[in-house]
Formats: sequence, C-alpha cells, structure tokens
Amino acid sequence: MAAPEQNKIRVATTSLAGCFGCHMSLLDIDERLFTLLEHVEFDRTPLTDIKHCGPCDVGLVEGGICNAENVHVLREFRKNCKILVAVGACAVTGGLPAQRNHLDLADCLREVYVTEISLASGMIPNDPELPLPLDKVRPLHEVVKVDYFLPGCPPSADTIWKFLTDLLAGRTPRLGPELIRYD
Amino acid sequence: MTDTFLLDGEDVPFAPGQSVLQAALAAGRYIPHLCYHPEFKPHGSCKVCTVKVGERTAASCTLPAQPGLEIASDCEEMHELRHTLVQMLFAEGNHFCPSCEKSGNCALQALGSDLGVMTAGFRHFFPDRPVDASHPDILLDFNRCILCELCVRASCEVDGKCVFALSGRGIDKHLVVNAASGKLVDTDIALTDKAMEVCPVGVILRKRVGFAVPIGARRYDQRPISAQALDDAPRPPSGDGRCAACEE
Repeated sequence: MAAPEQNKIRVATTSLAGCFGCHMSLLDIDERLFTLLEHVEFDRTPLTDIKHCGPCDVGLVEGGICNAENVHVLREFRKNCKILVAVGACAVTGGLPAQRNHLDLADCLREVYVTEISLASGMIPNDPELPLPLDKVRPLHEVVKVDYFLPGCPPSADTIWKFLTDLLAGRTPRLGPELIRYD
Repeated sequence: MTDTFLLDGEDVPFAPGQSVLQAALAAGRYIPHLCYHPEFKPHGSCKVCTVKVGERTAASCTLPAQPGLEIASDCEEMHELRHTLVQMLFAEGNHFCPSCEKSGNCALQALGSDLGVMTAGFRHFFPDRPVDASHPDILLDFNRCILCELCVRASCEVDGKCVFALSGRGIDKHLVVNAASGKLVDTDIALTDKAMEVCPVGVILRKRVGFAVPIGARRYDQRPISAQALDDAPRPPSGDGRCAACEE
C-alpha cells in the first residue's frame, strides 16, 4: 500500500445497515469529486476496497446498527477517526431497518426464512460466519459518540458538499433549512 | 394610542385579547410554534413558542399581551430550549420521514429543519403504536402523533363530533378514537371534517392520495416554516375597511 500523501485529509467511509444510497449521493457531487480528491485521500471505503480503517481525520458512516458486525465496524471507525459523521437517515435515526423495532426479532426471521409463502423448505440461516442480528436497530449515537449528523434519505449531494467543504476549510459545518431535509 | 409590548427590544402593537404570539405574528414577527393554530383556542401544550418574560419563561400562545411586557424570543437560551423540545418529539415517536406521506407538508419536520435539528440526540423510544386502517377512506398512523390536540379541538369545537381525545397521563398519554371499539370506522368522521385538515404531522391521512405532490413542490420545500407561518397569520386588513365598489 502506498504511503499516505502528506497534507491530505484522510477519509474513511462505510455502509452499515444502509443501502449505499448515501454513498451514491456522495458520488452525486459529480465533477466536484476532482476538487475533493485534491484535498482528501480515502482510507477504508467501498471505493478503495480497503478492509480495515487506519488512523483517519474523518469517518463517514452510512446506515444504522442492526447486527454485531456493525458494532465492531463502528467502534473501529470511532477508534481511528478524529471526526465521526453519521450520514443519512439510517445512521441518524435507525431509518428503514429500524422499522422492525416494534416486531419480535424471532418472528421477523421466521416470516422471512420459514413461513414466507414462496419458501418450500426454508430455515433460519445459522452459519457461524453470519453476524448475529441485534434485538433492535439503533442509530449510531446510541452506540458511540458521534461528532456530526447529516440527516436525509439520502442527504443531497449539495448537503454533503457543503458539509465537507466547511469541514475541509476548518469551519464548523453550518447547513441552512434548505439543506437540512429528513426525507 | 395602541398598546405595545417589547419583543426582542422592538415595539409590537396588540389588540385587547390577543396573546403575545398572535400579536407578534400579526406584526410580522415570527416566534416558532407547533400546537398553535390561528383558528383555535390556544392549548399551550408543545411549549415550542416559549419566550422569556423577564426572568421567567412562558408559552407565548397562552400569554396575554399586556402593555410594557418585555419579551425575549430570539435568544440563545430560547433557541436551545426549542431545539431540545423538537428533538424530544422526534425521539418519542416513530418519525420515519422518508416513507411518510406528510413529508414536505409536515410542521414538525419543517420546524426541525428551520431550527437546525440534525439529530434527535436522545435515545429513540421506538414505541409500538399500531395504525388504525379500519376506515375505508381515512388512515390513522399514531406513530407520528405529537399530542398537539388540534384534531381533538377541531372535531369538538368545529365538527361537533368529538371523534378524538387524549387518554392517559405523562409518558402514557396517547391519542384515542371516541368509539366503543376504539376504531375510526365506528365514528361519524367525514372527509369534509375540519379534523381532517389540521394535523400538523402525518397522523390523520386521506387514503389513496399519498405522495400526490412531487418533491420540490410541497408546502415547505420552497420556503421555511418561519416564512410560511407569517403568510398564514391573520392580520388586520390593510385597507381602510371600506369597499369602494359598494359605496359608489
């Protein structure tokens, strides 16, 4: 692996219980990506396929916490990132996956893997490699300290851009009502 | 001479019987609010419109305007209080904006956005609140209820039906339907009722019309709630109260 470039902000990203929509929105900054890449270098992210996070300046985390692996990854990010950002509705509120929170987890698993009508002989997956689901889906701030929150499903490219440029310029990110959307 | 009080250091005129919030809105001065509705008697339950009166705080929707009052609203302490109140409302219910039909037209959402609320902050309750889809034309999604009592007030005061009520105390308080079965289908609610119009969030929904307005054209997509609320505030007529055509 190449040595980290000097003076570039090191950024890691990950999607936990998310849909990668927030990563798509990050890519939606389009040609501004070139400007961004003049200032940042990516560490662990689906874009580099680096599997573990090293020391970073900024961690962008999409998705909530729905299983044990999510907790491990989130803690790895918190340990390594100076600034941890919850990106998108699921990271901020639990979002869509948290809509199962009022249901019994075992009932959910039975419905999906056993009693669902198209399954002839279903079974609940029990491979030891599979991370165990949590009883309830949680937003990030209920598991680790989060420094900034970007709501939205997903946050728009303009929201992400404004946030990142404020941060890169050393300002406290400030978004107006037009960029703070929850849907 | 018109009586006035001081709001953030500026004179606000008021008519007898007006609350501080009513007078402020009529004068084009915005105080954030949620459970207040210009057509109904103030309820004072959400406390979002809280202002500082000297060293004390009071809900401006129920505080009668009086000459010489010194009110602070646009200050750090009140901003923080309102911010926290809205965060608590988000944490208490199940407010999943991305799938809500009311999104873009929701006062709670618009208020959060305007107040700079980025997260509910607190531990989410994730309460279990089943929906009532019993009525053929109306859906009740209790997950989003903020207990503002606007539907209760509208149904009793305007519709004369008292379809809704709040039941329970403290954290157990919840919206109920006034029927032996507890189901909306067993009430005489109608689509034309005032109670159908007033829900500030997405609890009382007309079926089969969801998401009719595209993103970008919804109520709060263009203008923040602070600007919209001033447009909606009842004001004294700007003319002299006479109609030239009638007097010809």
